[in-house]
Amino acid sequence: MRPRRTSATGTLALLPVWAVVIVAYLGTIAWTVVISFTASKSLPVYEFVGLAQYERLFRTSRWLVSVENILIFGSLFIGTCLVVGFLLAVALDQRIRAEGAFRTIYLYPYSMSFIVTGLVWQWIMNPALGVQATVRGWGLEGFTFDWAANRDMAIYAVAVAGVWQASGLVMAILLAGLRGIDQDLWKATKVDGIPTWRVYASIVLPLLKPMIVTAVVLLSVAVVKAYDLVVALTRGGPGIASEVPAKFVMDNLFERSNIALATAASTVMLVSVLAALAPWLYAEYIRASGARAA
Amino acid sequence: MSKPIQSQPIQFKPVTSRLIRGLFAGAALLAMVVPASAEPKAEVIHWWTSGGESAAVKVFAEAYGKAGGTWIDTAVAGGENARSAAINRVVGGNPPTAMQFNTGKQFDDIVAQGLVNDVETVAARDGWRDFLPKPLLDAVSRDGRIYAIPVNVHGQNWVFTSTKAFEAAGVKPPQSLDELVPALDALKAAGITPIGHGGQPWQDGMMFNAILLAKGGQDLYRSIYADKDGEAVRSEAFRAVVDYYGSLRGYVDPGSPGRHWNDATGMLISGKAGVQFMGDWAKGEFKAAGLTAGEEFGCFVAGPDYMIGGDVFVLAKTDDPDQKAAQELLATTLLSPEAQVDFNLIKGSVPVRPDVDTARFDVCGQTGMERLKDEGRQIGNPEMLSSADLVGSTRDVITEFWNTPDMTTDDFVEGFVEALEIAG
Repeated sequence: MRPRRTSATGTLALLPVWAVVIVAYLGTIAWTVVISFTASKSLPVYEFVGLAQYERLFRTSRWLVSVENILIFGSLFIGTCLVVGFLLAVALDQRIRAEGAFRTIYLYPYSMSFIVTGLVWQWIMNPALGVQATVRGWGLEGFTFDWAANRDMAIYAVAVAGVWQASGLVMAILLAGLRGIDQDLWKATKVDGIPTWRVYASIVLPLLKPMIVTAVVLLSVAVVKAYDLVVALTRGGPGIASEVPAKFVMDNLFERSNIALATAASTVMLVSVLAALAPWLYAEYIRASGARAA
Repeated sequence: MSKPIQSQPIQFKPVTSRLIRGLFAGAALLAMVVPASAEPKAEVIHWWTSGGESAAVKVFAEAYGKAGGTWIDTAVAGGENARSAAINRVVGGNPPTAMQFNTGKQFDDIVAQGLVNDVETVAARDGWRDFLPKPLLDAVSRDGRIYAIPVNVHGQNWVFTSTKAFEAAGVKPPQSLDELVPALDALKAAGITPIGHGGQPWQDGMMFNAILLAKGGQDLYRSIYADKDGEAVRSEAFRAVVDYYGSLRGYVDPGSPGRHWNDATGMLISGKAGVQFMGDWAKGEFKAAGLTAGEEFGCFVAGPDYMIGGDVFVLAKTDDPDQKAAQELLATTLLSPEAQVDFNLIKGSVPVRPDVDTARFDVCGQTGMERLKDEGRQIGNPEMLSSADLVGSTRDVITEFWNTPDMTTDDFVEGFVEALEIAG
């Protein structure tokens, strides 16, 4: 065992951090949860109404649409970003010429904020301004590409814009991973005559697992907080077709002076994220440390 | 300077005494500044940041200066942002002198929490109750006391027409809602977008409410937004309004969803679209493009009743006599006839007092002022009659209906009743 003095010093040094974590993070989370059980409107009041806000939340069709949308957006966004990012990384890993230029081009969208991304794609997919208007101007009258203004396609429009923006990031992370793979491995598989696709699927991908986890975590964070992209691209419309939970929270928090409902919605978001993370946390930490102890 | 201190700790002393001397000097300076601030100083939070708006608010600032006060301008872009900034400062114990809200329920909570000074002293002295239109007086009063300073009236159920578009279609611009549909058909036949509509939820809602007031009448409108009566929503009259509203969906262009209101006004200016349902602030866009009311563009109020909204200033709670004096001077100044006329001419709205000179207002402004004199024919917008929460929840239903052609009138009615129940 280490000398006790060191750990006391360490604890002391960490005190400010703990204070910040407990007050600024856990404290505000707890306060948010408390407010969600009250009847607060534009100001917090401590008049408790039990689960009334949650009941209302799940009677509100806009919230239900938001939840459905975030599931569609989340799975499409993360899935497509991973596939596209991986393929781009593999393509760049072929020792091609001007690799640096391509890398910059693919990563470039990531340097733009979601607001800019959203606006650009809004113009592209707006039937009166974008690709549709241009192609029809060339004489192809039947051409239709109106995703930003089409309520059945609006959430996919958001996903397309998101994928365009974030694929480059996945590419950069996975490319770094690919470069870290031992060249001897490739030589060995060549000697054994294993097809290249099989090497990627069975050897390279498992080796890239830490990178993929990193990418998934970063993309998931973007999904949960998806707000600016939607506001810039569709404003949640047409109608309520592309609403997302974060926008529901923001609208109720500010425009509608309904902070109790907003905090109830954000509590549901928090619980869902925790529920999704729980199996992974369990596998990574609790089971692992249990195994170590045994 | 830090080097000798490090080597010779004894030199701390002069530094300390210098510090003390500095503090004294600062205090003396402060003492000199304090008497100068005895003249009323008002910090005002508002969201008037666009070109026309900031020109309008400058009128107030100058009038306040002339009256002997100092106007400290705290402009925050965006109504929601400005309101939450103001409320945060009030809750945080550092309130501004006055803060802007929309006429209506937005400041209910801070009045109920006792964070606001009333305006009774000035209102009684200047006789506000004698000239303020009744809906406006009701909207700024809580339990018989006036808690806000109304500064303008925006009419929200206007229909604007593009003379250019109607000339191209070869028909006369409509002058009332009854003439609307045939005129729209003529525009459609001529290949012009009939309704220049910005497909954002608040604009969908504003158009619906204008039609509800015009076609359903003031009683139906009131029983829905003021009394939250579910039976009124289930009535035949309401269903007729929904059907009429739904029938207008065919007159907008596919690029409408998400469009800003001023871009829609731009379509009327260039003659690409024929009519727009919008509040009277759209006049600002027409004027900025050099168009004249009654010539290059026309305007009429949808229906016999006038739906009003507007802006108010609310005075934060304070016991400081200097701040109270500043607040009283502010209340008097903002409602003075000169400031009212000058401000509203630029803002595109009409004065809250009908007793001012109307000669300088354009045709649309004259109509608005006429409507404002007839108390029986004016009613607050939904924001004035019900909570932001209820307005938002019903708006969700309206915008969903507008954008979903296969949504039936029954679905709309049920959704609307549900919204009234859960957000009431």
